[in-house]
Amino acid sequence: MHHVHLDNWSRGASPLHARDPRAKILALLVFLIVLATTPSNAALTLGIDATLLIAGILIAGLPLGNLLLRAMVVLPFSLTFGVISWLAGDRLRALALVEKSYLSAAAVLLIVGTTSLPALLSGLERMGAPRVLVLVAQFIYRYLFVISEQAQHMRLAAASRQGDPRFHRKGRFRAAAGALAVLFARSYYRADGIHRAMLARAFTGRFQLLNSLRFRFSDGVFLLAAAAFLILVRVQ
Amino acid sequence: MTPLIEVRGLHFQYEDGTKALDGVDFTLDPGETVALFGANGSGKTTFVLHLNGILRGQGDITVCGMPLGKETLPAVRSKIGMVFQDSDEQLFMPTVLDDVAFGPLNLGSTPHQAIHLAEAALDQVGMQHASGKAPYHLSAGEKKRVALAGVLAMNPEILVLDEPNTFLDPPGQSNLVHLLKSLPQAKLIITHDTHFAAALATRAVFFEKGKLVAEGPVDEIVQRFNWRYSALPADLRYSAQRRF
Repeated sequence: MHHVHLDNWSRGASPLHARDPRAKILALLVFLIVLATTPSNAALTLGIDATLLIAGILIAGLPLGNLLLRAMVVLPFSLTFGVISWLAGDRLRALALVEKSYLSAAAVLLIVGTTSLPALLSGLERMGAPRVLVLVAQFIYRYLFVISEQAQHMRLAAASRQGDPRFHRKGRFRAAAGALAVLFARSYYRADGIHRAMLARAFTGRFQLLNSLRFRFSDGVFLLAAAAFLILVRVQ
Repeated sequence: MTPLIEVRGLHFQYEDGTKALDGVDFTLDPGETVALFGANGSGKTTFVLHLNGILRGQGDITVCGMPLGKETLPAVRSKIGMVFQDSDEQLFMPTVLDDVAFGPLNLGSTPHQAIHLAEAALDQVGMQHASGKAPYHLSAGEKKRVALAGVLAMNPEILVLDEPNTFLDPPGQSNLVHLLKSLPQAKLIITHDTHFAAALATRAVFFEKGKLVAEGPVDEIVQRFNWRYSALPADLRYSAQRRF
């Protein structure tokens, strides 16, 4: 599962992992803007951006092949529009579209893979993202593991009571639908339990967070260097 | 001696009409550890959820001299630390330190104070090494310890534990007994495990159909209600081993 890999990656100890999440988010933002505004025929700029991205992945110590493979998740969408542009006769634009979307996905994976989700969300909150949104994302991520574990238990339980799967396609579909309903009901009850546990620890409806982020001088240097390099490459 | 908890005539009915508590009277004195026995659905968990106002029924509840009400709710919740059966429901924050600091922050501690209290509580349960970890990376025993740290950080006078040894392996249960024995707070423990209760409790009470029907020494209650595994008929005990 994606989130398990990203969670493992984010616990590394490279110079990129050590940066404040705000510096990384802003550098990513600059990267995405530069990429989006790069002309379709600027192959050199796109090439340098790709090289920079690969250098970042290698510095972070993330598995290059695995990350690049995972970034392909955007291809079904971008390839569709790429093919349309190609058929419309704009081949350069089609290639640039696919390349830009792929590089964007890889860049996002690089930042998410070098920043733990709590730190990433904390960074977003400190940058002004709505607290409710951040908390919802935080809860979804926290319970994704619990719910996926429950789903796996249910799948095993269903499989262990199943005969030859080739002859029971309809039955399997019904079982999966039932399991989904049960999973939803369990999640609902779990939410109720979590709310009780929060109330028991004096929760009054407003989250108080520790927010222990520190934006160091080195984070500023990293952000300025990354932004300056990207903009310089773009305007050349 | 003023009791820590005093409950008089507590009644509660769920929305579907199920009568869960039917006139419960109960007292917890300082330094006591009381085991709550009773069949599934007899009202034990419903009862303890009333003690800090999570559920509200009819009757009088006094905690540390404060009558439970809307105004006293925050103070009462700071006095009663509740450890739930499923630790996953209790550990909802992204890291162990964030989770343990959740209670102190809600009680008005500054982030600096909350970190200090959380670290001290984690140290108390032997989990300080895990403070930066995400809860889903912990074992069941570790989760239980962290959940306990989460309430200890609030410095409560009473600990309420709902089936605390569920999901724990035998060494984990043994460690938990030692840990709970070392804590000075008065305790209320819901459990089906009579050995676990006998190791910790000074007294036991028995719930039946929403009523507290008996109280006394753990052994006496266990014998009176045949409330142990060895109450199985003699022909069922170790029958599997005998067959082979």
